[in-house]
Amino acid sequence: MNYDLFGLELNVWVDALIRVLLIVGFMTVSVMGLIYIERKILARFQRRLGPTRTGPMGLLQSLADALKLIGKEDLRPKSADPWTFEFAPYVVFIPVFLGFVIVPFLFGWQVRVIELGLLYFVATSSVNIVGWVMAGWGSDNRYAMIGGMRAAAQGISYELPLVLALLAVAMIASSLNLQEIVSAQGRVPFVVWQPLAFFIFFVAALAEMNRPPFDIPIGESEVVGGPFVEYSGFRWSVFFLAEYAALFILSAIGAAVFLGGWAWPLGEELGRGWQLILMSAKTGMLIFLVFWVRASVPRLRIDQLMGYSWKVLLPLALAQVLVNGAVLVYDWPKQVLLVTGVMGLLALFWVTERAVRQPRTRPAMTIAQSEAAS
Amino acid sequence: MEVQQIDQLYGNYVPVLIATIFGFVLVLSALIGSRLLAPFSEEREKGTTYECGMLPIRRASTNVGVRFYLYAILFLIFDVETVFIFPWALSFVDIGVQAYWAMVVFIGILAAGLGYAWKKGALQWR
Repeated sequence: MNYDLFGLELNVWVDALIRVLLIVGFMTVSVMGLIYIERKILARFQRRLGPTRTGPMGLLQSLADALKLIGKEDLRPKSADPWTFEFAPYVVFIPVFLGFVIVPFLFGWQVRVIELGLLYFVATSSVNIVGWVMAGWGSDNRYAMIGGMRAAAQGISYELPLVLALLAVAMIASSLNLQEIVSAQGRVPFVVWQPLAFFIFFVAALAEMNRPPFDIPIGESEVVGGPFVEYSGFRWSVFFLAEYAALFILSAIGAAVFLGGWAWPLGEELGRGWQLILMSAKTGMLIFLVFWVRASVPRLRIDQLMGYSWKVLLPLALAQVLVNGAVLVYDWPKQVLLVTGVMGLLALFWVTERAVRQPRTRPAMTIAQSEAAS
Repeated sequence: MEVQQIDQLYGNYVPVLIATIFGFVLVLSALIGSRLLAPFSEEREKGTTYECGMLPIRRASTNVGVRFYLYAILFLIFDVETVFIFPWALSFVDIGVQAYWAMVVFIGILAAGLGYAWKKGALQWR
């Protein structure tokens, strides 16, 4: 079976090799770009200038950082477990990188259209939690251990709402194939029919990436960097490579699944140029939202974090799945989805707002103390 | 027809294999580059654990808070549940109303379990 790439008929292996190579180049450039953009945007939020010295407007800052990191000493504590410690970065990075296989950049522009795309994505991306635990366990450091355990607890807790929110959309599109999900949105993107699922997806994605305000596993003021305490040099930066790659992938998938990808609002018969503009505008908007949240929301405490996932997001996500099922089985009008979605969203905001206004009394021991004591 | 389907399946997952290898090679080559370029010293102090000035007693991985296990058990239950929902979500419209109500009962039982865990305080971080 031959594949068509830029008008060339290629063997499966050659075609896959070229596509993955293109992805490697794209990922490296986009991660460097994202780091630069994040620093610039955060600086603007704090009335600073951000990087300005390296290259025009500081554009070469990320490149300089990468070179510096390659030139730094790669330390390993004597008491660390050598295999676990050295392999943790691979286990964190590879699952994230596998996500690029299904990212639908433009119509016909992806590595492969996999029929079970969403299932593949949630299955591969969740493996990197193992890498975080390996980093925490292998370092033989108490901060790293607590950080790794927190990463595991947070990762598995927010996995469920994330999967259920994506599943709610897959029910309406009745497909797990990302290209079909984009096509199924037609004139109205799924964010309109599923506002609650979109919100749950966004929050859970923030937590899965360990982005602020869910950066509890790496909280500098509590566990001084969590699982990365003992890492240095390029081995340390692999974790950040994975983080920013995941940021791009989750934003692109969110843009495709909820915001209509390359098609909405101009329809599917578009030139590549328009598709590129639409897709990058939507992905960029989600990425900007992530940076915005980082700049404006303080870090959560771990009890708030776990409670929010298990007591708020998970029941609402289950309810959303059941409501979608009822609407589809009984052929109710689609407007029911919009009304129930908005009601669920309001309920969620109300619960969150109440929790913020009347915080629980502080536990007698601080969280970090009790973790260390047990 | 069947041969073609298997061919397509194979064609779809070849890039997954190649991406796994490339991900590995990417990290490995960067680390080898770092090993060639970076300075390396055998100094004893650099090999000690990062702590507040003194060496830690015992290994760090000896004991872990028990609440982490509670969440892990709860997660296991709900993860199996989502795996059940996946095939259902794609086919329940064709099967009809009884498939929907079967899933309502299934999720209802699990929701009751979640409610019980909630009431018992398993979801409260202490």
